[in-house]
Amino acid sequence: MPELTLHQTMFALVTSVVAFLFVLELVRRRRLREEYSWLWLLTAGGMVLLAVWYRLLVVITHLVGAVTPLNTLLLCAILFLFAIAVHYSVIISRLTTQVKNLAQELALLSSRVEEREG
Amino acid sequence: MKPLVLVPAYNEAARIARVLAGIRAVVPDATMLVVDDGSGDDTTAVARAAGARVMRLPFNLGAGVAAQTGYKLAVREGYDCVVQLDADGQHEPADIPALLDVIARGDADVAIGSRFLGGGGYRPGLLRRTGMGLFRWLAWLLTGVWFSDVTSGFRAFNGDVVRFVATEWYPTDYADADVLITLCRAGFRLREVPVRMYPRTGGLSMHAGLRPVYYVFKMLLSVALAPLRREPAQRKGI
Repeated sequence: MPELTLHQTMFALVTSVVAFLFVLELVRRRRLREEYSWLWLLTAGGMVLLAVWYRLLVVITHLVGAVTPLNTLLLCAILFLFAIAVHYSVIISRLTTQVKNLAQELALLSSRVEEREG
Repeated sequence: MKPLVLVPAYNEAARIARVLAGIRAVVPDATMLVVDDGSGDDTTAVARAAGARVMRLPFNLGAGVAAQTGYKLAVREGYDCVVQLDADGQHEPADIPALLDVIARGDADVAIGSRFLGGGGYRPGLLRRTGMGLFRWLAWLLTGVWFSDVTSGFRAFNGDVVRFVATEWYPTDYADADVLITLCRAGFRLREVPVRMYPRTGGLSMHAGLRPVYYVFKMLLSVALAPLRREPAQRKGI
């Protein structure tokens, strides 16, 4: 398989480093909570790694039996999107339970206040 | 015994007064609690005027969540029995004592009002009968018990059960048949009691549209996952 040209490597590297720094910056400004940032940082980190170490992508391609490195990249991208969507569903499920409990608690407390005030 | 009569309600201003008057006439000493599930109409005002205590959820969360809010209040205020009926007049308040008797005598932990035990002339349409048959079969798969009326929301719980359903084990998502199955699997003793039920006089049934399809899907998923799940905490000492 042909190696990447310097041009291609530079573009891939710049893109993935920008993605990594962007996520870090969101965390620094507290726009993104640390607990939800790890999956994004992991992905951006993986992108940086593959950009500087093309042989790794080739090795993985052979390992999974894909025909070209592009297939491997697309597969990884789809798997990542799947993981992040499931991750969000889990978070939403937890938030739903918490909102339910909060709403119930509010109703219970209001009811107690109303009973006291008559 | 200190019973709480629980009536979850969503946009039932037009029907709830009659139901509450019926309850008042049958069990005058019991506390009537209406949980207003974020109604957009005057349900809260009408229920208060009819002499009920009203808890209001800040937004609509579904019948299961509304009922559970009532169970939580029952636990905190020390009620040792909760009897629950619908706000739309489908359930006959005169049958409340029959359910309470089962709990008071200790014959069972849960009394379920069944419309098919010779109580009255309720005849659902073909589509509903088919759906109910399917739910009965699914409930049998999960519990090994044939319930005559798995979609009944007319029921009474003793104190142990109320404490159990006030926890996260309670399936708030789709309340009726799932509750029976969960309680059965948790080891509680269930008993069906013949009651009268009437067709709805208006408004929208919770079993409208595509929801029965989702219900079947959810029950099938429960059937598949049941053997892999940790069983709920056993009923005593919760």
